[in-house]
Amino acid sequence: MQDLDLIVRAAEAAFAAINDPDALEQVKARYLGKSGQITELLKGLGKLSPEEKKAAGAAINQAKVAVETALNARREDIRRAALEARLAEEALDVTLPGRGEERGGLHPVTRTLERIEALFRSIGFSVADGPEIEEDFFNFTALNTPEEHPARSMHDTFYLLDEQGQVAKNVLLRTHTSPIQARYLQAHVAKYAGQASLPEIRIIAPGRVYRVDSDATHSPMFHQVEGLWVGEDVSFAALKGVIADFLKRFFETDDLQVRFRPSFFPFTEPSAEIDVAFMSGALKGRWLEIAGCGMVHPNVLAHAGIDAERYTGFAFGFGPDRLTMLRYGVNDLRLFFEGDLRFLRQFV
Amino acid sequence: MKFSESWLRTFVNPALSSAELSHLLTMAGLEVEELEPVAPAFDQVVVAQVLEVVKHPDADRLKVCQVDIGPMSGSGTPLQIVCGAPNVAPGLKVPCALPGARLPGDFRIKVAKVRGIESSGMLCSAKELGLAEDASGLLELPADAPVGTSLRSYLDLDDQIYTLKLTPNRADCLSLTGIAREVAALTGTPATYPDIRPAPVSTHASRPVVLEASLACPRYCGRVISGVNARAATPEWMRRRLERSGLRSISALVDVTNYVLLELGQPLHAFDNAKLKGSVRARMARAGESLKLLNGQTLTLAEDVLVIADDSQPLALAGIMGGEASSVTLETTEIFLESAFFAPKAIAGRARRYNFSSDSSHRFERGVDFGNTLNALERATALVLEICGGEAGPITEARGELPEHPPVRLRTARVKKVLGLAFSADEIAALLGRLALPFVREGDDFIVTPPSYRFDMEIEADLIEEVARLHGYDNIPAPAPVGTLAMLPQEETRRPLFRVRQLLADRGFQEVINFAFVQEAWEQDFAANMNPIRLANPIASQLAVMRSSLIGGLVENLSTNLKRKQSRVRLFEQGRCFLRDAGAAPVPGYDQPWRLAALAYGPARPEGWGNDGRKVDYFDLKGDLEALLAPARLSFARLDHPALHPGRAARVSRDGRVIGCIGELHPEWVQKYDLPTPPVLFEIDLDAAVQARLPVYTEVSRFQPVIRDLAVVVDQQLALQDLLEGMKAAAKAPIQDLQLFDVYLGKGVPEGKKSLAFRIVMQDTQRTLLEAEIDSALADLTAYLEQNFAAQLRA
Repeated sequence: MQDLDLIVRAAEAAFAAINDPDALEQVKARYLGKSGQITELLKGLGKLSPEEKKAAGAAINQAKVAVETALNARREDIRRAALEARLAEEALDVTLPGRGEERGGLHPVTRTLERIEALFRSIGFSVADGPEIEEDFFNFTALNTPEEHPARSMHDTFYLLDEQGQVAKNVLLRTHTSPIQARYLQAHVAKYAGQASLPEIRIIAPGRVYRVDSDATHSPMFHQVEGLWVGEDVSFAALKGVIADFLKRFFETDDLQVRFRPSFFPFTEPSAEIDVAFMSGALKGRWLEIAGCGMVHPNVLAHAGIDAERYTGFAFGFGPDRLTMLRYGVNDLRLFFEGDLRFLRQFV
Repeated sequence: MKFSESWLRTFVNPALSSAELSHLLTMAGLEVEELEPVAPAFDQVVVAQVLEVVKHPDADRLKVCQVDIGPMSGSGTPLQIVCGAPNVAPGLKVPCALPGARLPGDFRIKVAKVRGIESSGMLCSAKELGLAEDASGLLELPADAPVGTSLRSYLDLDDQIYTLKLTPNRADCLSLTGIAREVAALTGTPATYPDIRPAPVSTHASRPVVLEASLACPRYCGRVISGVNARAATPEWMRRRLERSGLRSISALVDVTNYVLLELGQPLHAFDNAKLKGSVRARMARAGESLKLLNGQTLTLAEDVLVIADDSQPLALAGIMGGEASSVTLETTEIFLESAFFAPKAIAGRARRYNFSSDSSHRFERGVDFGNTLNALERATALVLEICGGEAGPITEARGELPEHPPVRLRTARVKKVLGLAFSADEIAALLGRLALPFVREGDDFIVTPPSYRFDMEIEADLIEEVARLHGYDNIPAPAPVGTLAMLPQEETRRPLFRVRQLLADRGFQEVINFAFVQEAWEQDFAANMNPIRLANPIASQLAVMRSSLIGGLVENLSTNLKRKQSRVRLFEQGRCFLRDAGAAPVPGYDQPWRLAALAYGPARPEGWGNDGRKVDYFDLKGDLEALLAPARLSFARLDHPALHPGRAARVSRDGRVIGCIGELHPEWVQKYDLPTPPVLFEIDLDAAVQARLPVYTEVSRFQPVIRDLAVVVDQQLALQDLLEGMKAAAKAPIQDLQLFDVYLGKGVPEGKKSLAFRIVMQDTQRTLLEAEIDSALADLTAYLEQNFAAQLRA
């Protein structure tokens, strides 16, 4: 069966020389087609005796299988090569930048306000709000600061003109967020009027406030966060505890010291200023004034109709702009209000 | 309040360093804002006398001096010092830095040859010692300065100047003796106060005093001192103390009144007695009266201003400032010296109204010790007699009702409730004792009588503060607080604000915060607001009115960033706007809605290799707005808005309520504000962005939907929204959804028309739809469009 080996070898060689799938099918016909060499040999079997037929048939079939195997292998090779070529052709520069929207970002002070809110929410404070054009009564009088009180000169207040061009009586741009205290107390008392005891008040009130002042450390508009906790057992010690906890959580470090020193606000008594000093970093060892606070003045509670003998409370006011500056190392307050994207994008 | 430590230590001298004393004061509520030495560090500088001055043989400007430095020289021989100062002269007393001395700037003095002549030290100017800026010549010392004494001790230069930032309640510490009293209470070191005795009365000269406003002026003391020498020199020690307290020496008489003001906290005034007519009267000003003050300002007085007058005219603004006409001068020989108590309410705010303040008004507004009025007058008298000579007349005193400082009850249990720290009654008694507060004990209660110098002890809480202060705020514990645990509400139909902001940030917008006061032009241009809310006292004309829209600020931010070469700008702001509204709450007259506004400018997509650079347009921002408020369905209608392009602006409504506007900036403002291409903006009520929908379940069909497309040709001017809303209202089951998927103008569509293609989804939850049902639904919809919008089915 020398012939069969030759045929198989010739077929293998012919397949190997071909790279195109259509051409391969044509070459296949030369061996396996209707008049292909193997087909012709099979046709010739009929002339043989049954014994010869059996032996020759087996040999031819073996050759046919060998040719088919070679063909399939070559088909697979060609398919693979084509796939490889396609993949190579489709390759991208995967280092090119992605397409899509850039991310914007929140204002750094907003970031701070959100963190402050989250921290105080975690111990049950809810968030209150109040008007920015405020009544003189809530900004001062209800906060135990009557007309001509020297403490009023601590605030350089913006006043408004009425439609006749006269200085409007009784309204101003709020100089602090403390009027929200007064409003909230009043509303709380009204809400629970007639009840045997007043539910605890635990609020913070962030917002924009206004003072006639403008330089590198003062802006005519800035932010404050007011805090208020009124209940039957709220003490100065608790105030210290809350503030110390807040500062450590806000700055995410135990590596700071907090001190309270006596101060004066008409609407708290005793009153304190809160200073913080970091034990490391650029501001190491310096006491930085960071907030004012104190026990709510009995007159403020009384103004709202709360029994100041039974209920006590503390209030505090932080400057979130200052906290933001300390947290992120910003050195000029004015940057917050200039809308410069080169600055703002740093906080994305 | 500024003062010198060495002066304070003459009253109370605790064993504390300057730094410790400063800390003590700060932690007691008397904040030390600044602590600075009187002089920089230097040593081995003594008082010297120049004996002989000869010209340097080899230098025109230099002189060779023989200088006596007293016993320091050992042998007693004078030092030879080469000096170039123009004022060096024999007999002059000057500071001399000895060889080995160290001067400010770490400058060492050595024996050296100056142009061949040996010089053993240096004669010093004030500048070389860091005492003043004057470098024009040697610092000339008084003729009686003791030669050889250390200059530091002679001029008391090892002194510190404290600047206290006092809170308005601590008027009692606006004097040296007041601070001394406080230091004594804090440290337990006893204080000694000036020994004040009545001055010998040696003349009958006096002047009657009449209180016409005894509520405003409940106590007035005065006396005549005649035969004074107004030209007498102020003693060096007094001048030094005044200067270290920040007061300039003016003349001996004025200096004495200022000195007593600083020492005792009692403002005094000296009138030239020869210029007064008749009685001295404390009365309210009469309408139309005017007064020329010592500072040169002439005031027209209001009737609520207290004046000191004589029989003919107002002389002084009581407790605030003296008048020019009756003031003492160097020619004055007879004075009328005033020491009075004016009620804080009668003084408060008056000086501020006239735009100035004085040391006197500052104290009277806060409260001056009304128990010390006479003492202060005696103290000043003694100093005048000592320095200016003269004869004191008898004191005339007029009294009304002095303020009452009623006793205040302090309960031991209350201290614990307020401070959260238990004190025993004995501990409280000890603390009150240290403060020298008079009290009577009733069991565990204390009945405390506030002294006449404390105006801040009206209620129990004030005394609790004193207890806490003296105990030390730092010594009160800071435990974790205990409170009622109750969950906070979580309203699902309101989104937290931070979600709203984060959504915009995620879509590429950067948050800004702008001032609420803006230029008037912005209000006109962007809100057509000709009557904005104006500030009475703006800090600048471009910050003069309250904004009624956030648009101006965003346009300004855009300009700023374009100047800084930013080509793609996407901004948002959330903040209040301010509008006149008589019925507004909670502040009548002023509606203060929260708004949210955004601006987009430049390329629609971030610049990069894969983008076509298309500019952002109305529909891009509309997409952002819809995404922000999704799943709410918004409706849009053409809008004329002063800020926006009239053809490219829409009013935005949600559930039938107008919530804001969106559009392209009006070309006129694009030009005026110098923008290369127009930005697009929206401004909505913040509340609309916060409202959220509580999801409601509807059944999901298990049957295949049928989707059919429908294209119609309509008039080009027709607003899609009208058509779509009409179709949605008209569509009946089984139509579930209608979406526009194509808008086409051009070939195949007649001029003035447009083709709109809709995808219509039909479905039933219970069964498969029949062909007839589908056809019928489509036919109904087509008929509706034909009848109501003159639409033609497109082939």
